[in-house]
Amino acid sequence: MQACTRKPKRKRARSSNLQQTRWTPMWFIIPSAIVMALVVLYPLLYEISLSFRNVTLMNIKSKVYPWVGFANYKDILTDGLFYSTLLRTIIWTAVNVTFHVTFGVFLALLLNRKLPGKALIRVLLILPWAVPQYIVALTWKGMFNVEYGAVNIIITKFFGASAAIPWLTDPKWSFIAAIITNIWLGVPFMMMIALGGLQSIPQELYEAANVDGATSWQKIKSITLPLLKPVMTPAIVLGIVWTFNQVNVIYIITSGAASESSQILVTQVYKKAFEYFRYGYSAAFSVIIFLILMLFSTVFIKAQKLED
Amino acid sequence: MKLSEKFERGDSLLKIIVIYAVLIVACVISVYPILNIFTVSLRPTDSLFSTSLAIIPKNATFQNYIAAFQQYELPRWLLNSLLVSSMVAVFSVILSVTAGYAFSRFDFFGKKSGLTMLLITQMFPATMMLLPLYIMLIKLGLNNNYIGLIIVYVSTSIPFNIWLLKGYFDTIPKSLEESAYVDGASIFRSFYQIIIPLASPAIALAALFGFMGAWSEYIVARVLITDADKLTLPIGLVNMQGQFNTAWGIYSAAALVTAVPVMILFVSLSKYLVGGLTLGSVKG
Repeated sequence: MQACTRKPKRKRARSSNLQQTRWTPMWFIIPSAIVMALVVLYPLLYEISLSFRNVTLMNIKSKVYPWVGFANYKDILTDGLFYSTLLRTIIWTAVNVTFHVTFGVFLALLLNRKLPGKALIRVLLILPWAVPQYIVALTWKGMFNVEYGAVNIIITKFFGASAAIPWLTDPKWSFIAAIITNIWLGVPFMMMIALGGLQSIPQELYEAANVDGATSWQKIKSITLPLLKPVMTPAIVLGIVWTFNQVNVIYIITSGAASESSQILVTQVYKKAFEYFRYGYSAAFSVIIFLILMLFSTVFIKAQKLED
Repeated sequence: MKLSEKFERGDSLLKIIVIYAVLIVACVISVYPILNIFTVSLRPTDSLFSTSLAIIPKNATFQNYIAAFQQYELPRWLLNSLLVSSMVAVFSVILSVTAGYAFSRFDFFGKKSGLTMLLITQMFPATMMLLPLYIMLIKLGLNNNYIGLIIVYVSTSIPFNIWLLKGYFDTIPKSLEESAYVDGASIFRSFYQIIIPLASPAIALAALFGFMGAWSEYIVARVLITDADKLTLPIGLVNMQGQFNTAWGIYSAAALVTAVPVMILFVSLSKYLVGGLTLGSVKG
């Protein structure tokens, strides 16, 4: 695909000497447009069509999937499990993103000061971002082991042997273990975004505030945070969407999302699709999750715009 | 006097100590889990399950590393993953550089909605693309084939990369190309000879994100690749850790071998990260 779109590009460059025509942008946009259309747009439409059909392991090879209308959607939305999982997903997302942003901005504020050795500290702080997510999840899972995991060893050193927490066997605790892991994982991204934002704030503003005798808290509150907001808002939307859709951490820490009471919506769909082979049902479920996120982002961004 | 040059003006000694203390605690929390992999990987088999918190264990040994390469198919998984990830990095960069440039420089029909569409793809749950592609690949007989895997990874990495590169191109002054046009260069020539070299940090980042995305992905790979010969690192490692009791040390050695190269790449490119990422989001 690359080869065939690139060749005409060169030829054209030689023949029409440089002036940008109406079609110039197309040569740049077409390669990725074709790929996106083939592997995103088409599957998306196919997915929507599947969501109205009955597709299971039984008939997947037959290539004929009977039309069932809204039956899949009705199944999902009349199931109480959907609502309890949705609630858990919202808690999961809210807790994670709150911690990501708070810790991220806080650390960025510290790193944005004059501080010998901060280059090294910054490298150490972004390491969690650099480790492959599944290794992070597996490693934390090892650290949450009841007897030999570092987390319980440290807890029992301080609070005695009875304080050991059954992280991986009790669904409630394994959900908390997953949250801790994911917080660890997500802070560096927010920190880097905030750091970039902080560096783009003009220094004169702080100098002017110094002349007026502002305290450092006043400076943070009325210069730093408001100016950081336009940078953080898109990152927060992205963070919320990514966290809402985070499969790796929960799936691995809760051992293949074994218990219903430590799952979020995406892990539930993933399990329904690839362990219970309910493809049509899962397609409808994916569409519902997508619509929830779309609705949220639209409302969130509109609200932000209104505020400004 | 010297103190005031190195630190923020007006900071008391106490404040500086507190700031360092907080940062050091944060560093310890951020590094400890990685050190933990290292510790376990050095433990001899007979003391794998120890409650010691020492970072270098007693009788430290490299036998787990040797075992990972000899008893398991780690070399093959590494090669498979290297192949898939490099292909993803190459295709992802080619596609997102051109598209990012178009979004940054030209006005064309559907530009705004195109950019919005790219953001919307980030809202797809993993199963949204995976499920239809899985069924389509089965129909085409392409499951257990790297082409399917590469297609999925490239399509998941280009939206973010296009935004990243668009943001970076936006910061390169247009006057550079305009003077090249005056000298008779075509749009394409100025793109290859002026813009691409200038944007190389952002391009390196995009390649890194493409590579890392494929190198670290488990959920999609697990569904698409089931052939023992074709397993990539993530599936191999997770399967290995499934046998938690026997192979914890070996798993840790393998995990470190997997993680360290990407960590080095990431850290060495991290200085570009600050500029690249924000510019993208500010302009958005």
